[in-house]
Amino acid sequence: MLEIKSLHATIDGKEILRGLDLSIAAGEVHAIMGPNGSGKSTLAYVMTGREGYQVTDGEILFKGRDILAMTPEERAGEGLFLAFQYPVEIPGVPNTTFLKEALNAVRQYRGEPPLDAMQSLRLVRQKMKELGVTEELLKRAVNVGFSGGEKKRNEVLQMAVLDPALAVLDETDSGLDIDALKTVADGVNALRGPERSALVITHYQRLLDYIVPDKVHVLAAGRIVRSGGKELAQELEQSGYAAFAGAA
Amino acid sequence: MPPLPARLRIMDAPAPALSFVDQYGASRDDLPGSALPWLSALRETAIADFAADGLPTPRAEAWKYTSLRPLEKLAFEPVVNETISIDKLPTLLPHGQGGHRLVFVNGTFRADLSLLGDFPDGVEVNSLADLLTHDPETLEAHLGRFGVGEGQPMLALNTALMRDGLVLHIGAGVMVPMPIEVIYIGATPDTPRAFHPRNLIVLEPGSRATVIEHHAGLGTGGYLANSVSEVLVEAGAALHHYKVQADDIDAFHIATSHVRLEKDAVYDSFTLSTGARLSRQEISVRMVGAGAECHLNGAYMLRGAQHCDITTAIEHEAPNTSSREVFKGVIDDTARAVFQGRIVVHPKAQKSDGHQLSRALLLSDRAEIDAKPELEIYADDVKCSHGATAGDLDHAALFYLRSRGIPEATARHLLIEAFLTDTIHKIAAEGLCPA
Repeated sequence: MLEIKSLHATIDGKEILRGLDLSIAAGEVHAIMGPNGSGKSTLAYVMTGREGYQVTDGEILFKGRDILAMTPEERAGEGLFLAFQYPVEIPGVPNTTFLKEALNAVRQYRGEPPLDAMQSLRLVRQKMKELGVTEELLKRAVNVGFSGGEKKRNEVLQMAVLDPALAVLDETDSGLDIDALKTVADGVNALRGPERSALVITHYQRLLDYIVPDKVHVLAAGRIVRSGGKELAQELEQSGYAAFAGAA
Repeated sequence: MPPLPARLRIMDAPAPALSFVDQYGASRDDLPGSALPWLSALRETAIADFAADGLPTPRAEAWKYTSLRPLEKLAFEPVVNETISIDKLPTLLPHGQGGHRLVFVNGTFRADLSLLGDFPDGVEVNSLADLLTHDPETLEAHLGRFGVGEGQPMLALNTALMRDGLVLHIGAGVMVPMPIEVIYIGATPDTPRAFHPRNLIVLEPGSRATVIEHHAGLGTGGYLANSVSEVLVEAGAALHHYKVQADDIDAFHIATSHVRLEKDAVYDSFTLSTGARLSRQEISVRMVGAGAECHLNGAYMLRGAQHCDITTAIEHEAPNTSSREVFKGVIDDTARAVFQGRIVVHPKAQKSDGHQLSRALLLSDRAEIDAKPELEIYADDVKCSHGATAGDLDHAALFYLRSRGIPEATARHLLIEAFLTDTIHKIAAEGLCPA
């Protein structure tokens, strides 16, 4: 599904990722844990093609295809999805319009016929029901006036609607109460399947109680310094990241 | 300085002014109402003022960012008695809903294209040319009451050369249920035309009406539309005045409005500007009655080398008057927008409030906005504010949309639409469909 080889990336000339290797097979859920500043969000943005991040070396293969030359929208079309740590507020764009535009753009990329307003709304409503997201979120502008929990629920809703092959969740647990955390986890778990994968980026082990990963990696100073099973998350919770500070 | 002899003053003016002045000299006796002494006096004063000032240039403070010098390169012909055929009317009213529509082609009223539905009693709708010929007495009280001699050369030029326009008179207490659409079409059959529409709108106490102006071209070349509107809203009356300026891309659109609001009168205006090579919308509002209220809103979308100037002056002259002003625009390529907004609160205008906002979205490095807000406050118990912002599209929002699969062009379009949305809402709420 995902193959990252010796990835080096910089922001404003400063090297953040320094030879990162990561391999996620179809159907697997991996977690990346690490201290602040280790490069977790940078990895998420480099994968999704945000401007301002320069890849200086290495490659990212997604479903066997090099995605580094693709635009962000092409990567989304290929089935890559990022749940943002800080979802962006977009005044003036209704959430329903946004969801419909995104859904049809991705469908078009995949060679599927577009859905009309009624069909897309039906699909969105069905996903909302499954996720326990309130109808109210549809009426408002994208993320405007949403609470922290509502914003994260909206991310999971978008994920469910767009049906990605690989979902990257960037600190999705930050600022969430336990109910919102469960909604988010349920949403991710509902997407699990033999053809789908997820990469959960988190500082804390808490989310991994609900989204149980197949593998856990520790990111420090721009590279993976240790990998293990789900028990590694518990170990980190006990010992902290101090032991890895020198590893890089 | 003693006044110069008339001929010398004319010679002092730049060449194109001379041509307009010559046009006046040649057509003086053919202009509608030429037999009326009061009107002839008005025109003579106006042409002398215009000849003295010439076409506006940035030397004048009110024209600091806009020069009409490009007009010098063009020889505009006056419009005299020609009937241009119009295949398709650029109407904004939804089909099949009836309503009232007045059509002017190159400034001349066209009864054959117009549709005057049933008006309530007390509503008089006429063309200026018609009234000047058949019933000029009704005009003398209001026509030309504003502007002449106040350093407004384009208004003076209009006064000198005006031939036709809308004259709307709404009697006391009359509510006009359907909007009155006024379509101004610019056409250039061979050489560029210049025309000077003159509108007069009077709402008597307690009346209410909606007027929609739609300016469009036939796509046949440049023209100069230099219009003036005089608006009087008497006590407790309300005028909703919407305007869509979609003139031809080679056209010059100059529009000057003078609005006078009496006690508790309301003037609500919205202007959408997308057309013309150079446009200027100048709106002056005097709130002379306590409790008067005005809303001046607008949006503009500019590209290529378009230039759009919005200049407003709001005078709070009486207590408890309020004004709200929001202009938003999207500027691309090398286009340039100008927003000059002046609010004056006079000493007597206690408990008044005036709020003004200019927001521009710059889509290219070479797009430009010049914003000049001015507040002059001579009363102590007032609330006033102004703000001006300019920026490009929100990059974080753009990436967010693209990361969901939305192509960049669509994402930009969504964000531009969102930026304008609350102002456009205004016009959509009227059930209109701007092109």
